[in-house]
Order: sequence, then structure tokens, then C-alpha cells
Amino acid sequence: MATAPKSAASKAKGGKGKAKTKAAPRSRTAKPKANADELLKYYRDMLLIRRFEERAGQMYGMGLIGGFCHLYIGQEAVVVGMQAAIDERDAVVTSYRDHGHMLACGMDPKGVMAELTGRIGGYSKGKGGSMHMFSKEKNFYGGHGIVGAQVPIGTGLAFAAKYKKTGGVSLTYLGDGAVNQGQVNEAFNMAELWDLPVIYVIENNRYGMGTSVARASAAKELYRLGEPYGMPGEQVDGMDVLAVHAAAEKAVKHCRDGNGPYVLEMLTYRYRGHSMSDPAKYRTKEEVSDMRDNHDPIANLSKVIVESGSKTEADLKEMDKEVRAIVVEAAEFAQESPEPDPSELYTDVLVEA
Amino acid sequence: MAELTYREAVAEAIAQEMRRDEDVVFLGEDIGAAGGVFKATVGLFKEFGPERVRDTPISEQAILGAAMGSAMTGLKPIAEIMFSDFLAVCWDIVANEIAKARYMTGGQMSMPLVIRTANGGGSRFGAQHSQSVENWAMMIPGLKVVAPSSPADVKGLLAAAIRDPDPVMFFEQKSLYPIKGFVPDGELVDELGTAKVLRDGGDVTIVALAAMVPRAMKAAEELSAQHGIEATVVDVRSLVPLDTQTILREISKTGRLVTVEENPRLCGWGAEIASIVADEIFWDLDGPIIRITTPHIPLPAADALEDATMPSAERIVREIVEKID
Ligand SMILES: Cc1ncc(C[n+]2csc(CCOP(=O)(O)OP(=O)(O)O)c2C)c(N)n1
Ligand SMILES: [Mg+2]
Repeated sequence: MATAPKSAASKAKGGKGKAKTKAAPRSRTAKPKANADELLKYYRDMLLIRRFEERAGQMYGMGLIGGFCHLYIGQEAVVVGMQAAIDERDAVVTSYRDHGHMLACGMDPKGVMAELTGRIGGYSKGKGGSMHMFSKEKNFYGGHGIVGAQVPIGTGLAFAAKYKKTGGVSLTYLGDGAVNQGQVNEAFNMAELWDLPVIYVIENNRYGMGTSVARASAAKELYRLGEPYGMPGEQVDGMDVLAVHAAAEKAVKHCRDGNGPYVLEMLTYRYRGHSMSDPAKYRTKEEVSDMRDNHDPIANLSKVIVESGSKTEADLKEMDKEVRAIVVEAAEFAQESPEPDPSELYTDVLVEA
Repeated sequence: MAELTYREAVAEAIAQEMRRDEDVVFLGEDIGAAGGVFKATVGLFKEFGPERVRDTPISEQAILGAAMGSAMTGLKPIAEIMFSDFLAVCWDIVANEIAKARYMTGGQMSMPLVIRTANGGGSRFGAQHSQSVENWAMMIPGLKVVAPSSPADVKGLLAAAIRDPDPVMFFEQKSLYPIKGFVPDGELVDELGTAKVLRDGGDVTIVALAAMVPRAMKAAEELSAQHGIEATVVDVRSLVPLDTQTILREISKTGRLVTVEENPRLCGWGAEIASIVADEIFWDLDGPIIRITTPHIPLPAADALEDATMPSAERIVREIVEKID
């Protein structure tokens, strides 16, 4: 990324609204050495999201998926790096750009894809759709269509974890556009006031629909948004899964040790339009191709792996084949699973219809 | 007469009013440079510039609060809430502030603003982007509520809403954006609070709103062609004020009332009309009132399920034939 990641001091004094970068010490978390197995796991997890999303995009084009479909292509390192730092005690919540988060939580690609096609085999029996999917089993709490709504909800996940002393942490993902929702401010204050174990992961992909951060935010350094409350924040190269993972480890430890919430701003990029209907005319082709060609999280990690000598390019191709097979199987399932029966309309509204 | 789409009519109405009155400003998310997510505001940014056509952050409370503050001090803002579902995010400003300002100030404050929003289902967007929420607005005293069904009505009613000294909630049904219709040339300003009789028939009066209007019209043709039932179709257009004169007159003529509502069943506007009918013209009725609505459920995302929820022309025909014949 062009900007070097930065970090806000823990319990820093709140500056003026437009404080300059200088005010924030740059204590970038050092990248740890990941072992060969870990590298390979990150690679595979990112690849699964990439291939899944490519397929979802194709199926949308073929009319097999309707409504909205927000692809995560380009941002894979964020969720894979974060999820690798948590365990089964922890809970996750995000926005409508949620397919990657679900796969990274270990949800079944078949059930995710079948929800996209509106089939009974989908995680919400076809009632939720692309933006609204959940898995209680995998501690994934949605999939929310209202920008910012997941932020207080994620704060509540942390409240329960603290109350029940589970040791769990809440990973609450939000976009660069979502930070301008009033409810984010309310949630941040409550989280710090009550020392809740929640990490607010701001996925700064530079745009909220057609509006760039520069046009939408008076505060450009999103990792500092918790600063007035004394919430530590760090800016991370979200195109680098190792950097993400290192920052995630640190933030998770901070939360587990009872020190309250944490903000991570991930500098990332979505390659595709906001949703399938967005031709993305608000940015240049060069900007997109620079990110794809020079900062791609998957291509970059494959180089690291091959250079380390643990795997050859041929090995990685083989892995790609396996991943593609999983996605093909998911796509087939998503087309074969029956459409929900109209009687399903009236179930799940309340416990009893 | 020019043929316009429903979405083009939105932009035309706003442009017409912005040209004539420089106190009219327009705020919303991606309405300017991008021309709106539904492309209903294309061209406005270019013609009127960023001072008057303002792209905002994703901050609905601030959008409506700013609209209110500026309306009290001389501007005539139009605020877009991208999907009507998001009104829930900023409902405080609507319900507690905007709607009550004139009353609480003893008439000192006018509230000449319009809140435009894309409402309703049919696009597979699921439970948080498909709701038909005009009844949320209807039940709050101090708001006017409009929901047009055709390009000409969009243009004329939106222009009237912008000129109106009171706050108007303007519900555009998002599946109607691509439909075309003839719109009179030149300046067009319709009258708020008026219903329109679109078809005359002697057997039954169908009262419909927004996207349900074309479906009711189609059903009426079908009833006539296949079943020998002649239906009057009334487009309500405005829920507040409600044109009870026209509506009651047309019901009295046939003695049968069918409402076709996209909203979930409980507290839909049709229930209000049924209640008024029971109060005012009960003895003119020849049989029970029929309400055709979406069931009282959140809207599902899956195609098959969504299609089974919203009243279709087929369902309107079926229910009328079953219950009236
Ligand atoms: C309350 C609310 N306002 C507006 C929208 C429409 N909307 C959906 S996504 C989006 C952009 C969000 O951008 P960002 O938070 O950066 O997330 P990204 O899409 O980049 O992942 C907008 C304006 C919405 N869904 N909810
Ligand atoms: Mg964004």
C-alpha cells in the first residue's frame, strides 16, 4: 500500500478532529515468522474465498443468483489473517459483504452458495439471501444489510462474553463508509466505558459504494476513531495476511487480558464494483490494476511460499485444483438443492407461526 | 407529451423545482456524482453543482437532521434515504422532530422539506431492503405521505411536494423505476391529497397504491375479459391527506371494496380505509371488504418465496372471483 501503516497510542489524549498524522506514534506491529504450515493454510483459505467469489460472480451473471451480491475479492487477507488469531470462544459479525467471513469461519461453502441461489439448503433456507446469513454453530452472527448495524451488535457479543466470562472476543467488521454512522460512535463509547472485549476491524477498501473515504470522512485516519475514548488503534496493511495476523494476535491478546476494545484499520481494496450492478466508474482502471498486479494478497503470498522452498508452483497449482473442486461442488449443490416450499414463508417468524 | 421512465420523472421534477427556486437543495448518499443507486437523479449534479446537489456520508440521522435545520431557516431541502428500510436508522428525526415541529412551535415553524425514498419489494433484496413502510409514516401525525404509481404522477406529485410548506414523505416503489409512461410537457405540478380513478366499472372497486396499481389494472382487464366482472380502479396516490371523498364515492357506486396493499397485513393503509368505510358508508356495502396484502412476515430473499408474498394480478383476480361471484 502507498501509505505506511500507522498506530494510535493506547489511551492517547484525544486530539482535535483534524489532528495530523504526526500526533500518532507509528508503532507498527512487527511481523512474526509464520511456519510453513501456517503459510499454506492462509494461502488455501484466501484462495477458497477468491474462487468462491469468482464463481458467485459468474452465477450472478447467469441469473442463478438474484438481488444483491457483494463480492470480497481483493480483501481476502483481512478476514483470513484475523480469523487465524481467534478460536472457538470468539464471535464474528460483519456487514453484507459477508461471504468471505463465513468461509473463514468454517461455514460450509455449499450452504453459503445455496443461500445465494435462494435454496432450501442455504444457511437461512433461502429466506436470508446474500446479505443475511448466520451460523450459530460457527459463532457467525451475520450478515447485516443496514450499514453500521453490526457495530453495536458486535459490542453486545462482547458484552455477553465478558458477563459470562467465556474469555471470548468479538470480531466486529465494518467498512470505511460505515464509520460515519451515528451508532458506531455510541458503540465505541459503551465498549470502552465497559471495557468490552471487542475488536472493531475497519476494512478500509477506500470506497463506500461510489464515494471515496476522502469525500465521505473528515477524519482520514480511521484507526484513530476510538482515540477520544482511549481506545488503542492501529493501521495495518490489509493486503498482507502476515501483517494482518500479527496485528490480530496483538489485538486479541489486548482484549482477552481484559483491557477493553481495540480498533484495527485494514488498508485493503475491493477489485470488483460495490455490488454486481456497479460499473465502478468513480475510480481509474490504473488504480485497480495497480492493486491487482502489485498488491494482490494471494499472489504475494504464493511468492513467499515458493521462495521459502516449502512448496513449488506446481504444488500450489494442485492446491488450486482442490479448491476449485470444492467450489464446483458448492455451485452444483446450490443449483440442485430445491427451492423452498411456499409453506416456509410462515415458519421462523416467531417460535410458533 | 414525452415518454419518460419513472426514474427519469424523479430527476425531471427535482430539476424543474431547482431551476425555479434556488432555496431547493438536494442531499443524499451517492445522489450526485453517481446519479443515485437507482439512477433516479442522473444529471442533477452536472446541472446544479455540488453546492446544491450534495453527496453525503452514510449518515442518515445527519442527513435528515440537516434537512430539518435548514428547512426551519429558509431552505427547501429534498433528502434522499436510499432505501425506505433505512428510515429506521433516522426515525427519531422523522417521528419526533420533523413531524412535530409545526405543532410544538405553535405554528411558528414551517417544515418545507421532502424525504424521498425507494420503497417496496420485488427485487430479491431480502428482509432489510424490500419493505413497504408507507404505513410507518402514515401513523405519525404531522407528515404528508405520497406514493405514486406512474411517471406523470412522480413528476407532478414530487414537484407539489417540494413546493408544499409541510414535510412530505415521498415513497418511490423501486421495482417501478424502469416503467415508462407519458408525461405532459412543460411545468407540471399536481395536487397533493388527491386520488385518481383509473378505470370505471360497475361491479367492484379496487383501491390500490404504487406498485399494486399496475397489478390491479391488469387484474381488472382480466376480470373483465375472463369473468365478466367490471372493476373500478382507484389509485390512492396520497395516504396523508387521504382523498376520502373520491375513494368513498367510488366504493359507494359499486358496493364492494377490495384493497390491494404491498405492506404486511397488520396496520396496512387498507385497514384504515376499511375502518373509514365502516364508519361512513357501511350501508352502501353489498358484501364484506376484501383486503389483499403481503402476509405478515419479513420479506424473504429467494425468488420463489418473494413471488409468493406480494399480491400479484393473478391473486387479485382469484380472490375477487372467489369472494365476489
Ligand atoms: C443505513 C444504511 N445506509 C445506506 C446503505 C446503502 N449502502 C449499502 S453498502 C453502502 C456502502 C458502505 O460502504 P463501506 O462501509 O465502506 O463498506 P464496503 O461496501 O466498502 O464493504 C451503502 C451506502 C445501507 N445499506 N444502510
Ligand atoms: Mg468501503
